Amino acid sequence: MALRASAARKTLGNWFSVRKFMAVGGLGHRQSRGLQTFSLPDLPYDYGALEPAISAEIMQLHHQKHHQTYITNYNKALEQLDEAVNKGEVSKVVHLQSTIKFNGGGHVNHSIFWKNLKPIAEGGGEPPHSALGWAIDQNFGSLETLIQKMNTEGAALQGSGWVWLALDKEAKKLRVETTANQDPLITKGTNFIPLLGIDVWEHAYYLQYKNVRPDYLKNIWNVINWKYAIEVYENEVA
Amino acid sequence: MSLLLSPCRQFTPFPMPSHHALKLEPVSIPKPLKRRKSHGSEKSSRVLGYYGLTAPPYKLDALEPYMSKRTLELHWGGYHHDYVESLNKQLKNSSLYGYTLEELIKITYNNGNPLPEFNNAAEVWNHDFFWESMQPDGDKLPWGGLLQQIEKDFGSFSNFKDEFMQSAMGLFGSGWVWLILKREEKRLAVVRTSNAVCPLVFDDIPLIALDMWEHAYYLDYKDDRRRYVSNFMNHLVSWHSATLRIARAEAFVNLGEPKIPVA
Repeated sequence: MALRASAARKTLGNWFSVRKFMAVGGLGHRQSRGLQTFSLPDLPYDYGALEPAISAEIMQLHHQKHHQTYITNYNKALEQLDEAVNKGEVSKVVHLQSTIKFNGGGHVNHSIFWKNLKPIAEGGGEPPHSALGWAIDQNFGSLETLIQKMNTEGAALQGSGWVWLALDKEAKKLRVETTANQDPLITKGTNFIPLLGIDVWEHAYYLQYKNVRPDYLKNIWNVINWKYAIEVYENEVA
Repeated sequence: MSLLLSPCRQFTPFPMPSHHALKLEPVSIPKPLKRRKSHGSEKSSRVLGYYGLTAPPYKLDALEPYMSKRTLELHWGGYHHDYVESLNKQLKNSSLYGYTLEELIKITYNNGNPLPEFNNAAEVWNHDFFWESMQPDGDKLPWGGLLQQIEKDFGSFSNFKDEFMQSAMGLFGSGWVWLILKREEKRLAVVRTSNAVCPLVFDDIPLIALDMWEHAYYLDYKDDRRRYVSNFMNHLVSWHSATLRIARAEAFVNLGEPKIPVA
């Protein structure tokens, strides 16, 4: 779906068309000198397609600037890491961990985020059914309770971070988790699989909602792509 | 100069409504921090005190074009205002009243395990300090004793500017960048803190603050943080304010032998 050439899709021109053919899977990596580097994955919808929940301006900046920056800096950090590992510079390797966590985490989180969203016309916001719907009712009582819980935790998060609907694949339970800054969900536990993530960094909503984060959280549910969450859930649980 | 330096300025006695039930049994009041020296007033009063929203010492459009009026309206009128309201709400049913704002911050920081009031208290203080760290037509360069101290501790003013910029650009997530006077080491330093943390909790003396939360610059600069920091440094920062602060700090921190002229 990301490989379809489409006149209506906003991409960054020919450079990404070439990348599309080289992209392998959702994270868009390519091989180069033995070191795998990454590129910006395409959005499966237009920048304006999520209006009025999320404005086109935000989507464009979020994708083309913020996500791209995380990828660029992650690639840089990987090169430095590669060099440091080859030279056996232990201190440098350790020192690079924080920038890898931040930028790599940013890339992981945003790649999931774009798949978590879908235009209303294409089914965004449609509540989940089947196994995931049932699991939600089991774990939280109802979908409304889950949404309320995620919104409350998302609004209460100090500073920057993410709020997640996570599958604890060992306990086979659903949980609501938050992570700070760009920490990916795995930092909360290797048994956690992200089903849905909502970005509560200010850049995700400020231009449109200003400081009223709760309104952003309320509206984003209209464009949440439950189909993706269902797919991931059924893969893991099966 | 209308810059206020009194530590007690936020202490506003609140008239008690007549239906408010006075608790007559002794309230457990947290002991004041054990300090080697006394840096401020001990918790002195049992009057219920609330904090007010202080306004920036300039009109909201005075920092154009480097910080727009809209940003100030939202940042001060929205965020800063909300922090004050939330703090007051939290303090209504808490025994943490009667402190100056600075003391409240240190107590609620709780040595790194912050109490729920910390975030609001610290952000109220941080924003007060931030407005005062800026002025319309900000000075390009510090002068006199402050400049000498900067040159002594950083090598040169432009070294300091570079370090400040690097610190700001290297911040992950939300936070602040500060020029502080380190109380123990008796020298200036650039530090960066996450979320609401401020150097007061490490007992250091802030001189300048820059808000690196996205809401501080996003409307004006979108994701171009570098331009925001450089505009702050070149056009907004108030060295007048920093000079006053270091002058006051010199009463508490010995910065070395005075230059006494030989007759």
